[in-house]
Amino acid sequence: MRYLPHTQEDIDQMLAKSGQSSLDGLFTTIPDELKIKKNLDLPEALSEWDLDTHMESLASSNIACRDYKCFIGAGSYDHYIPAIVPYLVSRSEFATAYTPYQPEVSQGTLQGIYEFQTMVADLLGMDISTASHYDCGTALAECVLIALRKSKKANKIAVSSLVHPSHRQVVETYLRPSGFEIVEIPRTQDGLTDAAALEAMEGLAGVAIQSPNFFGNIEDLSAFKTIADKKNLVFITSFTESLAYGLLKNPGSFGADLVAGEGQSLGIAKAFGGPGLGLLAGSKKMMRNLPGRFVGRTKDANGDDGYVLTLATREQHIRREKASSNICSNNGLNAMTAAMYLATVGKIGIREIAQQNHDKAVYLKSALEKAGFESISDSPFFNEFVLKAPKGFNSKRADLIQNQCIFAGIDLEPYYSDLKDHYLFCATEKVSKKDIDQLAKEVQ
Amino acid sequence: MKEISDLTFSEDVKYTKDHEWAKLSNDIVTIGLSDYAQDQLGEIVFVELPEVGDSFSKGDEFGSVESVKAVSEIYIPISGEVVEINEDLEDAPEQVNEDCYKGGWIIKIKPSDLSEMDALMDKAAYLDMLKG
Repeated sequence: MRYLPHTQEDIDQMLAKSGQSSLDGLFTTIPDELKIKKNLDLPEALSEWDLDTHMESLASSNIACRDYKCFIGAGSYDHYIPAIVPYLVSRSEFATAYTPYQPEVSQGTLQGIYEFQTMVADLLGMDISTASHYDCGTALAECVLIALRKSKKANKIAVSSLVHPSHRQVVETYLRPSGFEIVEIPRTQDGLTDAAALEAMEGLAGVAIQSPNFFGNIEDLSAFKTIADKKNLVFITSFTESLAYGLLKNPGSFGADLVAGEGQSLGIAKAFGGPGLGLLAGSKKMMRNLPGRFVGRTKDANGDDGYVLTLATREQHIRREKASSNICSNNGLNAMTAAMYLATVGKIGIREIAQQNHDKAVYLKSALEKAGFESISDSPFFNEFVLKAPKGFNSKRADLIQNQCIFAGIDLEPYYSDLKDHYLFCATEKVSKKDIDQLAKEVQ
Repeated sequence: MKEISDLTFSEDVKYTKDHEWAKLSNDIVTIGLSDYAQDQLGEIVFVELPEVGDSFSKGDEFGSVESVKAVSEIYIPISGEVVEINEDLEDAPEQVNEDCYKGGWIIKIKPSDLSEMDALMDKAAYLDMLKG
């Protein structure tokens, strides 16, 4: 649907119809003392030329991955975006963040979202995918709420300490006022979630495990599925790096009930941390518990394929306070972008990209080990891993950002206080062998 | 929607003000929706059932019925523990529309206080309520 602003003529027509002489007439129900009557404290308007200069100077105070060698991921990844993706998605017909309600004027967008859902369900091996959420954190919070609602007795949820720290914070923010409790599952020496600790926990409604986890390691989801089944828990998995599932066995094949993921890797720029793309998929038995929009395919009056929003009875505008979520919005434009990315790279392409990510990360890890870094585990990883840095690395790292245009890992200590001098590194398809060799030489 | 005179009201069940019915037989109470309720809801596409073993007190919500236009909660007419659920409704929820007193039953419970049955309405009282 195109965005068309109102002309003065449109506004006059609407005012005539509503019997108002001016726009102010529409706001008479707002008490007078609540209206702001003075001018807002804003600087004087700039000319277009001056504004452009001002914006340029603001933009140039940022540093962007475009000009840097990026060896950090941690939930936001520096992947190549094929030129066709921004070209297609910048068409004005797609420029809305919202799911369209009116199928008669939105078949293109609805079909795009339907294809997005189909590809996400395929990638994750799940029965059904929603039309998207804000980001992985909010999608994970919704999964946790579903598990707690489904369980009539238990009011606790176990969340791995290796779920992305920001996502755990979002879950906590959602749960804090509700009386539900989050129990954190500790990690093992190998940088994996401690399955034995989960085994010993009681009174749980569900369990959430991220794989690859925040340290980049691949969790043994089948072991957690076994525990979840034994304890009759809703089994939730999450991930921050969608491209991992170009290579790894998908969560559906491990019997996940719900999957929350970050789709930023699928053609969406890092954009200083957002907006991302929340993926949420479920098994068929979770269909009516899932929040947010679904687009379905049906037949129109002429028997032709058509696309409409479906299963809307779960949603706020119908179920009111009993709705599965009070967030019905989705990230329509980013979902469309991800669909275009997935269609562009295809089933073979995504596997190739994933393989390159992994191979480069393996090379980066061994190069850094040779340069004096210390591996903390032999757990298999996808494109991220944790290393203990040699003395003096922290100041070297600041110097690399300032003077060499290299982002060399993130410091884990702010997230895990026992991990002083431990850094999380990432390699994507965008870094070359030369870049890695240069980094290894710099930090030697 | 039909006129009340065109609806069927089984003689051998008791009714609630929320339009469920309850039928006692061999110490087990079967529960479903009245013909009036299914007619008001329209085409039913999904029935959310509790699990066998769940316990409810009279008036508790024990599931929901989803039609093409709305979702309605269903409330238990008397207290008890669920001993059987109508699993056929998963694939054929339309049975609630087509055969609400027989094939469209929803759950069976083992009642904890049979005297609660006395507070429910018989057909005549229920019809009086519907006619207002």
